[in-house]
Parts: sequence; structure tokens; C-alpha cells
Amino acid sequence: MSERNTTTTPSTSRSIKALLISVLVLARIFSSEIAQAAGEEYRSVSVADAFLEMHTGPGRGYPIFHVVDRGDDIDIVMRRTDWFKIRAANGTEGWVDRAQMERTLQPEGTPIEFAEANQQDFTDSKWELGGMAGDFGGSNVISLYGAYSINPYVSIEVWGSQILGNFSNGWMGSVNLTHETWPDWRISPFFTLGTGVIHTEPKPTIVQGEDRTDQIAHAGAGFRVYATRRFILRAEFKSYVVFTSRDDNEEVEEWKVGFAFFF
Amino acid sequence: MESRFRILFLVLPVFAFGLSGCAATKNLFGFGEEETPPPAEIPEGQVIEPEVERREIREADIDSEDFEIGAFIGVMSIEDFGSNVVYGARIAYHVTSGFFVEGSVGQSEGGLTSFEVLSGGAPLLSDSERQLTYYNLNIGYNILPGEAFIGEGRAYNSALYISAGLGSTRFAGDDRFTVNFGAGYRFLLTDSIALHVDFRDHLFDIDLLGEEKTAHNLEGTLGVTVFF
Repeated sequence: MSERNTTTTPSTSRSIKALLISVLVLARIFSSEIAQAAGEEYRSVSVADAFLEMHTGPGRGYPIFHVVDRGDDIDIVMRRTDWFKIRAANGTEGWVDRAQMERTLQPEGTPIEFAEANQQDFTDSKWELGGMAGDFGGSNVISLYGAYSINPYVSIEVWGSQILGNFSNGWMGSVNLTHETWPDWRISPFFTLGTGVIHTEPKPTIVQGEDRTDQIAHAGAGFRVYATRRFILRAEFKSYVVFTSRDDNEEVEEWKVGFAFFF
Repeated sequence: MESRFRILFLVLPVFAFGLSGCAATKNLFGFGEEETPPPAEIPEGQVIEPEVERREIREADIDSEDFEIGAFIGVMSIEDFGSNVVYGARIAYHVTSGFFVEGSVGQSEGGLTSFEVLSGGAPLLSDSERQLTYYNLNIGYNILPGEAFIGEGRAYNSALYISAGLGSTRFAGDDRFTVNFGAGYRFLLTDSIALHVDFRDHLFDIDLLGEEKTAHNLEGTLGVTVFF
């Protein structure tokens, strides 16, 4: 009896031990890898202002709990919106706003610049991603779009929309060419031309309906308004022609508002 | 013979120049990979490596964590169709320390209406029509950012936020335009991992039980998100 005990218990405990050890080893490998990767990423700067205020959180309301003196080195751990998480030489971590971070020096002594997206970037940005909603010929429409600027004046846009109406639902995909006449204005008007497809599914309660996929073409105009940081507000009107398989083409008017980001 | 050699020697430098010329003008039009100067070689025998690293800090070098992605699970009460488990995923982009935009997808299931239970007749919906799926795009604002204290030595950042937006819900055999709004509480375990408690109302029009009405579908969820 006792012999069996001595044979079974150690073997189970040994396997548990082996498992624990392997977990520990894995954890060590991972943590060291993470630490290594993190160590490579951190950038070190020195404080040039009289002092650097560290907040407990990334926001103006969080209290200042630590101050770093002029000349001291700090590591930049990460950034969230306009706040930087930094690590002081003594290991204290806290959040510093962008305005103060700009008054720090790089290792070679030049001041560091954290470009805040501004109206110039709004004009020059290459990519834009946005969502809009509104009215499509009496139905609700929700759209997502991505845009690529060839130059400040001309951009290509790809749209996907879902149309939710009382009598039918559907989706629409289109490609646009957009022209901005005054891209440097804060409220920048644009004109757009495009083509695509629309798929409509009449609601089951409507008897005579059947699913249709038709080609569309549209022309429109609207405004892009620079709001803040990378944020754009956008409003537009588009007039669609749906090339149906019936005798007459359909014309649909669409109004939409929404927001977008550029990057 | 001599002239042939002369030509050969003339051709060689021209060829070499052509090659190097290509390399020099490669980036004139922004094409090709950007050339980085080769790292300065440490002469053999030098024991102490120079400590000064002359590297410029570019914004891209700093880990920017403005996106938040995660999953949630909870209970959704679908008007007239009882309460059921809801689960889904959410992604958010923090524009400023106050504002964020987010997109969510979720899935739940409607139960039996009281009418179906009491009458014992044919069900109003098929099983697939009882599946509820939704997506939405919202704008949110952290109205009450703050800190939560656990005991004496621990402080966690947190925020009470509100959010509202538009989307679509597929339920009872139809896609329905849906407005949603709600409030939530974000509790940051670390600066990159957050727990969420979220309450929302999803409003859509439905005419399944006679006249058309606006259905309120309340949802309460718990979620975990990671910033990246």
C-alpha cells in the first residue's frame, strides 16, 4: 500500500512540476521577449522646460502626482491621443500632455516635434475613412467609404451602403471621383461623379417584388469640414440614375451627413 | 588590337557609371526602397562601443494606442420576444481624450412571444428569423473620466461614457434601420486593457404584431477590450 503511494504520488507531482516548469519557462520567454521588444521601442528624451508634470491619467482632469526636473531623462512608453505615457529615471510612470512633451530634447539636443494633425494635413492627407447616414429616396441609408487623394484636388472614393426602406432593402457599391476646388479652405466644397451597382430586395410583404441588381451612375456635391485633429465632418447630396431593365430609368436623390478621419 | 582595347576600356567606365548613375537617381522620383546608410562599422580591436546613439525620434517610433478592440457578452431584451444572451465585438478609435467613435456587431436570439406561448398555435417566426444580428456606428464621449481606488495602494483609471449612433438590425426576416444610445463604464486594468459595463437601447420599427411600433430593445453587457 505504502509502496503504491510512493510510486503514484511522485509521478503525478512530477508531471505537475514539469507542467509548472514548462509554463514558467514559456512565461519567462514571452515576458523577456515582450520586454526586449518594448525596450527597443522606448525613446528617451530629456526635459528642457523648468519641469515636466506627470498626470495620473491621459486627460486634463487627472491630478499631477510627480514632477521631473530640467535635464532629467525620461522614456516615452506610449501615446494615447494627445497624451504621452512616460517613465522617469526613478521608474515612476505617468501621463504628460503634448504641449509639455514638445519642450523636451532629443539625445542630440534638438527639440522634439509631435506634429498635431492640423488643417494643412486636412488639405494634404492621402487617406480618408468615414461613415455617413441619411436619406436615399425616402429610405434610410448607412454608408462607409474610403478615399485616396491623388493630389489635393482629386481623390478616388470607394463606397458601400446599406439601404433600409419601408418597401425594400438593399445595398449599393460605387466608385467615385471627387474634385475639391478649394482644398485649403476649412469648409471645402467638392463635386463628385461615380458609378456602381445597386441591389434591391423588396420586403416579403410586397407581393410583386423580386430581387434586382442594376447599374447606377451619380453626380453630387457637398462639403468637407475640418473639425479637429484628424476629424472631418461631411455633408453631401447625390443624384442617382438607376439603369433598370424596365423601360424607364429611375432617378433617386440622396442626402447624407457623417464624419470621417484622414491619415 | 590597340583600338579594340581602347574601346573596351572606354566602355567599362561608361557601363560602371551607368550602373552607379542608376543607383543615384533611383530615388529621384520616389520609387524604389529608401536607402538607409549602412551602420557605421566598429573597427576591430575597439573595446568600448560609442555610447552616443544619434537617432532622431520620429512620431512613428512611439507606440500610439488610440484604437480599442474587444468582445462583450450580456443579456438583450428583445421587445415581445423575451431576453436572451447577446454577444459581439466592438472596435473604437479615440479621437481626443474625450471623444471616440466606435463600431459594434452583435448577435442574439428572440424567444417566444406571450401570444405564441398562450395560444399554443403556429409560431410567428422560423428559427432563422428569430436570430437577431446588428451592427452600428456610434460617437461616444467620456463624460466622467476619473480614477477608481481599490484599497489604499491601488488606483485605476476609469471613465463613464455615453454613446449614440445608427446601424441596422436583422430580425424577423428583415433588415431594420436602428438607432441606439447608451452609457457605459470603462475600467482600465492596465493602460492597455480595459473592462466595460455597457447599457444600450436599440430602437427599430417593427410591424410583426399588427400595427407598426417602435421597439425598445435593451441590452446590458460586460466586455473586455485591448488598446493598440
